[in-house]
Amino acid sequence: MHLSGAQLIVRLLEQQGIRLVSGIPGGPALPLYDALAQSMQIRHVLARHEQGAGFIAQGMARVSGHAAVCLASSGPGATNLVTAIADAKLDSIPLVCITAQVPSAMIGTDAFQEVDTYGISIPITKHNWLVRDVRDLLTIIPEAFRIAESGRPGPVWIDIPKDVLTASIDVAVLPLPGLRRAAPELNLDLLGRAAELINAAKTPVLYLGGGVIAANAGAAVTALAEQAGLPATMTLMALGAMPVDHPLSLGMLGMHGARYTNYALEEADLLVVLGARFDDRAIGNADKFCPKAAIIHIDIDMAELGKIRRPDVAIQGDVAAAVEALRSLVQANPRTQWCERVAELKRQHPLALPHVEDPCSHYGLVHAVAAELDDEAVIVTDVGQHQMWVAQAYPFRRSRQWLTSGGLGTMGFGLPASIGASLAQPERTVVCFSGDGSLKMNIQEMDTAVEEGVNVKVIVMDNQSLGLVHQQQDMFYGKRIFAADYKRHTNFQKIAEGFGMQVFDLDASPDPRATLRSALKAKGPCLVHCSIDVQQKVFPMVPPGAANTEMIGG
Amino acid sequence: MGIPHEEQVFEKVVLELSVHNHPGVMSHVCGLFARRAFNVEGILCMPVDAGHESRIWLLVRNDTRLAQMISQVEKLEDVIGVAQRGADRRVFEQLEAFFQ
Repeated sequence: MHLSGAQLIVRLLEQQGIRLVSGIPGGPALPLYDALAQSMQIRHVLARHEQGAGFIAQGMARVSGHAAVCLASSGPGATNLVTAIADAKLDSIPLVCITAQVPSAMIGTDAFQEVDTYGISIPITKHNWLVRDVRDLLTIIPEAFRIAESGRPGPVWIDIPKDVLTASIDVAVLPLPGLRRAAPELNLDLLGRAAELINAAKTPVLYLGGGVIAANAGAAVTALAEQAGLPATMTLMALGAMPVDHPLSLGMLGMHGARYTNYALEEADLLVVLGARFDDRAIGNADKFCPKAAIIHIDIDMAELGKIRRPDVAIQGDVAAAVEALRSLVQANPRTQWCERVAELKRQHPLALPHVEDPCSHYGLVHAVAAELDDEAVIVTDVGQHQMWVAQAYPFRRSRQWLTSGGLGTMGFGLPASIGASLAQPERTVVCFSGDGSLKMNIQEMDTAVEEGVNVKVIVMDNQSLGLVHQQQDMFYGKRIFAADYKRHTNFQKIAEGFGMQVFDLDASPDPRATLRSALKAKGPCLVHCSIDVQQKVFPMVPPGAANTEMIGG
Repeated sequence: MGIPHEEQVFEKVVLELSVHNHPGVMSHVCGLFARRAFNVEGILCMPVDAGHESRIWLLVRNDTRLAQMISQVEKLEDVIGVAQRGADRRVFEQLEAFFQ
């Protein structure tokens, strides 16, 4: 075959199984776009901002578990992708990001739209390349997918100068697609010690992280919990790993976890950490977290073992495989006494959901949406108060039902990630809870949503402020609200209409539940607007730096 | 009895990295140490194996986070291997004359 570099990339993406890419073209990327236009297999979704393209790819990757591809041109195209790629890095989402670069001969001359994409992408990717020779594409493209999906998943970035895209190459046979590397072999001695600790524990707790979702280990973990009577708490990233209404579920831990959750962890004599990384928002003050607990830490990433807390047993490996192995070593034990104690804590310190019966209130709206949907829906959020209210109150029961920006906490994640989720799994209803602050950060993607006709329902909880900032200033900065209130009210309904989106306003509705039902059943994308009282807080709250047991409110 | 300076508490060790020899590898390695706030006191890098690989020597303090740093370095795709050296690799001492 006689191919250009750009045609070779498209062929390699096709045989990698890629059917959908998101991006925005520009000068140096035009050879790639010209080749992409000829593809019968790959559909390109045109975003309205490269950050949107990055989050659309994230949405595809988060619902499927497979690496997704986003494209951009050089200079500002590449820099606009940075936030979405950094977000993928912190949440371990597999992405292959491809950018065009100025021609090789012009690199280093401060050429038009030249930026050091390779240098910029180093700290926010698992690996990156500047392709210097068209022949290198034969190894780099499959390698990119292999690295993105192997071990702890993450984003990779390939920067390709325009002359490499236009260079020609003779290819006899295409290289094999890049496949996930096998996980490291499990250490059976360590698994045996872990099982002994579990068998001897009186008050053990499972602490599940996003790694459980990445490893598709939700069912195995739930089975282990049932076998050994292990209550399980989930991080923000792990919600859905175990059904939240499962008797052994302790719900979400940490800064906005329920009181009973953080109290139960305080009593734990053993913490079994699965695919979690002791994030500060999850554990609060590290020295005061689970002070009485021995620790078993199982993670695919060796560097997480001992990073924050020194474990008594550290096992590197695939969480699903490790949990399956543990199941054959751990004794069946209903652990009635401990489970009764946990149930008592739940009764004494339940999660308070004020105004939940009112569908136009913060928690009430979350419950009202949940009441209209089954577990097949995908729930996406932006970042802020609404995100925490949804995390606390939505009944998650399925892995990959819940998509949120956890580690980086990127406002503007929600709408484009929802579009990507819907493009990847068009049979599902995708609900994007957002706030008025977050929605404005990638609101241009309403245009993409309408053009693609995606089944995305944007629910904007509008308190005319940056709610979580407002809350912290109210609580910890002497009520001096500064730069957290928007002085003018934005008419989101008109904006959405301008993009051609259907609009439903719960404020104006005589029957908000019925209006919500119509919105969720409407075909294609729509906006549901609901005003929320700016004084409502996310409670409980652990002040930054405090122990998880030092909760305020709730 | 004051608290001794950290300098006095931690011995220095040399990390010997085998890496793929291509532009950008030094950025990966140095950037990793910088962004994880782990100080590197000396760096040497030379090509080996007819230029296919490079050897990087890093002079670092043997503090409590060293094992964590080595784990992070091992995750770099271009790093083939990491070895921790003590007194047997006196490469930095031998160079001291050039820095007088």
